[in-house]
Amino acid sequence: MDKKYSKNLTKIKSRNLPKDPYNIIITGVGGQGNVMASRILGEMLLPESVVTTGDTFGASQRGGAVMSHLRISSTVWSPQIPKGKADLIVGLEPGEALRAAKDYGNSNTVVVTNTRPVYPVGVTTGRLEYPSLQHIKEALLKITDRVWFLNATDTALRDLQAPILGNTILLGAVAGLKLLPIDKKDFERAVSRHLKDRLEINVKAFQIGMKMVE
Amino acid sequence: MSYLADTSENPYLLMGNEAIARGALEAGVNVATGYPGTPSSEIIEALSTISQEKNVYVEWSVNEKVALEVAAAASFAGLRALCAMKQNGVYVASDFLLHLAESGTRGGIVLVSCDDPGALSSVNEGESRFFARYLEIPLLEPGNFQQAKEMAAWAFELSETLKSIVMIRSVTRLSHARGNVVFGTLPSPAVQAHFVHDGPFLDPDTGPATSFPVVHKHRLQQEKIDHARKIFDECPFNLYTGPETPDLLIVTSSICTLYAQEAVHELNLQSRVGILNLGTTWPLPSNVLVKYLSLTDKILIVEEVLPFLEEQVKVLAAEMAPHIGVKTFYGKVDNTIPKAGELNPDIVIAALSRIFHLPYESASADNLRKIQVSVPDRELTFCPGCPHRAAFWSIFTVLTQDGRQGFVCGDIGCYTLDLFPCGFSTLKTVHAMGSGIGMASGFGTLHQFSIDQPVLAVCGDSTFYHAAIPALINAIHHQSNLTLVVLDNSSTAMTGFQPHPGLPVDAVGNVAPVIDIEGICRAIGAKVQIKDPFNLKETQKTLKRMIQDKKTNVLILRQRCALIPEKRGKKEYSMYVDPEKCSGKEGECNRICTQLFGCPGIVWDKESDKAKIDEVLCTGCGVCMNICPEKAIKAEKKG
Repeated sequence: MDKKYSKNLTKIKSRNLPKDPYNIIITGVGGQGNVMASRILGEMLLPESVVTTGDTFGASQRGGAVMSHLRISSTVWSPQIPKGKADLIVGLEPGEALRAAKDYGNSNTVVVTNTRPVYPVGVTTGRLEYPSLQHIKEALLKITDRVWFLNATDTALRDLQAPILGNTILLGAVAGLKLLPIDKKDFERAVSRHLKDRLEINVKAFQIGMKMVE
Repeated sequence: MSYLADTSENPYLLMGNEAIARGALEAGVNVATGYPGTPSSEIIEALSTISQEKNVYVEWSVNEKVALEVAAAASFAGLRALCAMKQNGVYVASDFLLHLAESGTRGGIVLVSCDDPGALSSVNEGESRFFARYLEIPLLEPGNFQQAKEMAAWAFELSETLKSIVMIRSVTRLSHARGNVVFGTLPSPAVQAHFVHDGPFLDPDTGPATSFPVVHKHRLQQEKIDHARKIFDECPFNLYTGPETPDLLIVTSSICTLYAQEAVHELNLQSRVGILNLGTTWPLPSNVLVKYLSLTDKILIVEEVLPFLEEQVKVLAAEMAPHIGVKTFYGKVDNTIPKAGELNPDIVIAALSRIFHLPYESASADNLRKIQVSVPDRELTFCPGCPHRAAFWSIFTVLTQDGRQGFVCGDIGCYTLDLFPCGFSTLKTVHAMGSGIGMASGFGTLHQFSIDQPVLAVCGDSTFYHAAIPALINAIHHQSNLTLVVLDNSSTAMTGFQPHPGLPVDAVGNVAPVIDIEGICRAIGAKVQIKDPFNLKETQKTLKRMIQDKKTNVLILRQRCALIPEKRGKKEYSMYVDPEKCSGKEGECNRICTQLFGCPGIVWDKESDKAKIDEVLCTGCGVCMNICPEKAIKAEKKG
């Protein structure tokens, strides 16, 4: 067999990570730009890290929850994070943030979550009850005291007239919290690879997010 | 330019499926075919974006068997071909595959099956690996993203060395996950297709392509498998990591390798457990296995779905017992690893903690004890404005009024959701692609046994071409009493809008002739009507007549999927609820709009206790105005 095929991933010298692997969950509802956010955050950490991401998005367009797992490391890891092992949970939707935190959070986990709920159809049609934002907050704080509640969607709607940019605002907040060695330049590089024509407004959203956690 | 044609050295964060596509490009693939099916669709989609640039012929075939036949033709013409499908596609293609295995191949040909352990987007948990063993073709299983690209490229060379089709098996958690992939070089193949067929009958390169004479060709295939075993014994895709004398050896493959690594890491067992990651899983590299089985007496086999590796490794260990000693095996047979459902790191952690008697509890157990607040599940439902909701509302209404316990036989697509309340639960059988009409053909011929229930079948437009036509011919020839409802939403919606033979465009965007469903049905001899499912009155009137008729009827319900990009954001009506007319919570309607019809575009306003339209979600299809008995839902025609 030709040697050219046997190039396995060797460990690379990664950026100065707070932990290896550093485990991130981005969670939300179909249509919130969950998968794109995980892809952009992953690419922000290239080429100096090995990133593994796993998405569950089978029927997300039909109202389902979407969850992306990211592992940032010097080597390749499972695309599913073990239970209780998330270092950072980014919630595009507060209920989904709580659901993910119950399964994957621990007392050191940082949670950065949007405050605007997206109700399941069983709730909008009046069959099921959705917990109040206050109850969600209290529950999250029982898991970890490192929780950031940000009204990202409302801000995106008000300042940028585009609610979808709530995801970028939250990525900006993550960068602003300096949990990971990433900055605006990394964001610009990753976005111009995939969403070139939406670069300017995304950078604006990213900066809004950074300011929100100052 | 597609990023898949990039020649830079920086890594890309590639999906497993994209890595497979890139690997095929690096091997100079000429022809790529497939039928859409999650989690496999992105392979052909990725190649279609680069078809022109790299002169690759890419097609979404009518079904998986034809896809493999088209790919095989390329191989016999001396080209390199890839064929991609989900696990049940391999079952569809298996009849041809059986014969192709024995006829042998010429240009490199690779079958990629993307299995879906846990059935995350499937109605089965089928295993494709056994086909490789039954049909005696080599099987590769990539364990990470870079490997997926390298293996896909190598598989073409292997196929040409052996003159046999080679199978690659991926799984959802590889196909749909992403990881760093460093690209290799891209060749610019200049090839001439020519099928040489006038040589000696038995010559594999110049004779006719056939499995005749069968026993001779079968023996030849077995010799190829022996040859493959020798190649696999030297193959760097079979990799051991761990101590020289481990207490336990994990034998694993595919994405499970990463779960095993994670589990060993979490339990700090690096000095006690070794991991043998097999990239070539049929035929097994026996020398490699004997070498590593000799290291220890305890073996854990970690794999998803059926005990494919476990059975083979046990047979090998039994044969080699005089040399390597007697082993204790842990795996699926002794229930250390579950036999159904997908695996994850936690399941492997639990298995290791039992074997080593190490207590392990994750933080989530504590979270669940501390927190009582729960978030309701996001149940699946049809999208706002989905034509299927309207179609099934009519079917439900007509069958309920008829009162003879009529039912619907269905198959695979978004419309499978009709099993559940969001589709009013009229769907009572769901099996393979095209099985709805096949089952209905059977139910509809049971009149001599006094069956008196109305029999309906549903299938989507892509499914109609894929597998419904032979069953419809069967129904008509045997005068089966049934009504086939073709839910024609002009797309392969569930898998991401791939084109099919009913659309005027092919996989790469070229204009293609449309194959007309109505014309086919009429030519077979069915009585056909076409209606708009959004017109409930007409649809229900037609359906009522059809289920009274003793013949085979076809009702084509034609309305484009609500998610089709051209349709998004365009409303035919602006809907609103007249609060004066809505009878609210106490009404005799029993909140039919939100409790039964259940379109996410209609919400229940808690303050007024009346229905309300969610302007953002509502697509303005106007169906709900005919659901409300009080006529409280109103529409204004948009300009």
